[in-house]
Amino acid sequence: MSVLSDRIAISNMQNVRRSSQPVFDRIFQWSSFGSALLVLIVLAGIIGSMIHGGMPAFREFGFGFVTSSAWDVGRDQYGAWVAIVGTLTSALIALVIGVPLSIGIAIFLTQLCPAWLKRPVATTIELLAAVPSIIYGMWGLFVFAPLFAKFVQIPVSSLVEGLPFFGTVLYARVPSGVGVLTAGIILAIMIIPFIASITRDILDQIPTMLRESAYGIGCTTWEVVRHVLLPQAGVSIIGAIMLGLGRALGETMAVTFVIGNANRLSLSLFDPGSTIASRIANEFNEAAGLQLNALLALGCILFLVTFTVLVLARLLIARVKAK
Amino acid sequence: MSPIAVTASQAIGHSAPADLDAPVRIGVRNLNFYYGDFRGLKDISLDFYDRQVTALIGPSGCGKSTLLRTFNRIYSLYPEQRAEGEILLDGQNVLAPNVDVNELRARVGMVFQKPTPFPMSIYDNVAFGIRLYEKLPKSQLDDRVEEALHKAALWDEVKDKLRQSGMGLSGGQQQRLCIARTIAQRPEVILLDEPTSALDPISTGKIEELIEQLRTEFTIVIVTHNMQQAARISQFTAFMYLGELVEFGPTNKMFMNPNKKQTQDYITGRFG
Repeated sequence: MSVLSDRIAISNMQNVRRSSQPVFDRIFQWSSFGSALLVLIVLAGIIGSMIHGGMPAFREFGFGFVTSSAWDVGRDQYGAWVAIVGTLTSALIALVIGVPLSIGIAIFLTQLCPAWLKRPVATTIELLAAVPSIIYGMWGLFVFAPLFAKFVQIPVSSLVEGLPFFGTVLYARVPSGVGVLTAGIILAIMIIPFIASITRDILDQIPTMLRESAYGIGCTTWEVVRHVLLPQAGVSIIGAIMLGLGRALGETMAVTFVIGNANRLSLSLFDPGSTIASRIANEFNEAAGLQLNALLALGCILFLVTFTVLVLARLLIARVKAK
Repeated sequence: MSPIAVTASQAIGHSAPADLDAPVRIGVRNLNFYYGDFRGLKDISLDFYDRQVTALIGPSGCGKSTLLRTFNRIYSLYPEQRAEGEILLDGQNVLAPNVDVNELRARVGMVFQKPTPFPMSIYDNVAFGIRLYEKLPKSQLDDRVEEALHKAALWDEVKDKLRQSGMGLSGGQQQRLCIARTIAQRPEVILLDEPTSALDPISTGKIEELIEQLRTEFTIVIVTHNMQQAARISQFTAFMYLGELVEFGPTNKMFMNPNKKQTQDYITGRFG
């Protein structure tokens, strides 16, 4: 009797188990599908609300919103040109300074660095990435900018004064230390750890035998790096650079501290300017009405710029790979 | 006799017999090699003869690649590795501190276990090594590249696509490209470190034929795991075991009638 009831109990249990299994499986499938879907929904929501919010500004100013350099809250006139130029210029400066340094760091770490120094240098580089951007901003404004004004802006300005081109591009009317170039330098420091550590990983993955065979035909270290290792790593390094560029374009806090936040189109890199992100961070708190719409429209443009960079990077990589 | 020994001995005579009057090209004297504290080579003394193929055989870890890597000092890329003793290339000690290693590596070319084409065109792969040391006008450079590709038995296969990437070739073609790159520099010695271990039998056959032809111009040292290969293509064979040179002699003698039992055992496949 008890054996029979045991059997019934067991078979019931098995029934429960078997019948719950497909349901559980379905829940599992749907929930993982839902997680993936959520990302799409959130992204679409962000884009949609940005466009919706920015629409009045686009409607009011038309394409002129992009090309106009006006930003006058009093007269309710808004244009994105200064911020777009500032964003692109500061990011470009960051790349010009940051990329050679990052690649230099990666080459040193993988090819030249004595074993005992490798760990400390690599760790320091990675710690740079862990510094919060507000710290870079504060340091940039209170420490770097005054030094930059005293030792770079003032001497360089007096040196180039009156010269064609340089007299314009590197002349500070008010050597305060803050400006587009300062922002670019701070951004360079911020993107170096990313580009350097990815490039280092890429160089580390190149087979030893390829490196040895380059040395084996009598190349110097420079020739090995220049003609064999860097071309071999080529495409992947472009990917690393694009990642850094993406960060430089969108970086907000540090740039807001050191760029000077002026809405003036200046040809001098020493003059204050603003980026899209810094303009939004500065004005969002008190913005209302058309100003708020204009800021949201700026956000759309920033999104478009970073998206374009990403797509271009992908295309470039695909093209080089196909070759 | 084991089947391996039979095929190996059948392979003997495939290439020219050892020239016992050939002058010495590389003289190794009391060579010791250290990986940190580990002694990888123990008092090696050995001669390599001009325009002869010498095969280095022995079980994995016996030091044959290590020995090969001392001739062009490629080991010096790694600070923990060092060699003591003398390696005389045409009477000059290549281990001396004042030797220009880059120039040495142009004189002593090396081909590796796997093909290592550089990320550039087929033409540039071959021209690259020449450009490092010689400034030649375009037409002469073209001639040198063509000559090297001819000698590497690759010209007919690539002459219409010299501007294409070297990475697009098959494994065997890539390895011949690496050989072309090496001989384009007109080295005196060519070091081959298991050059066919990553290749299929047909490609391997082509490389072996190539080595046979290159012998008339270059002194060749080849490390190989393959007994038949050693028997087929070499004039001299050195058998190494645990960092020591066990026996050295003309290949046919080493395979038919070695002096040491250890050599006999290895060649007949009893260990290794």
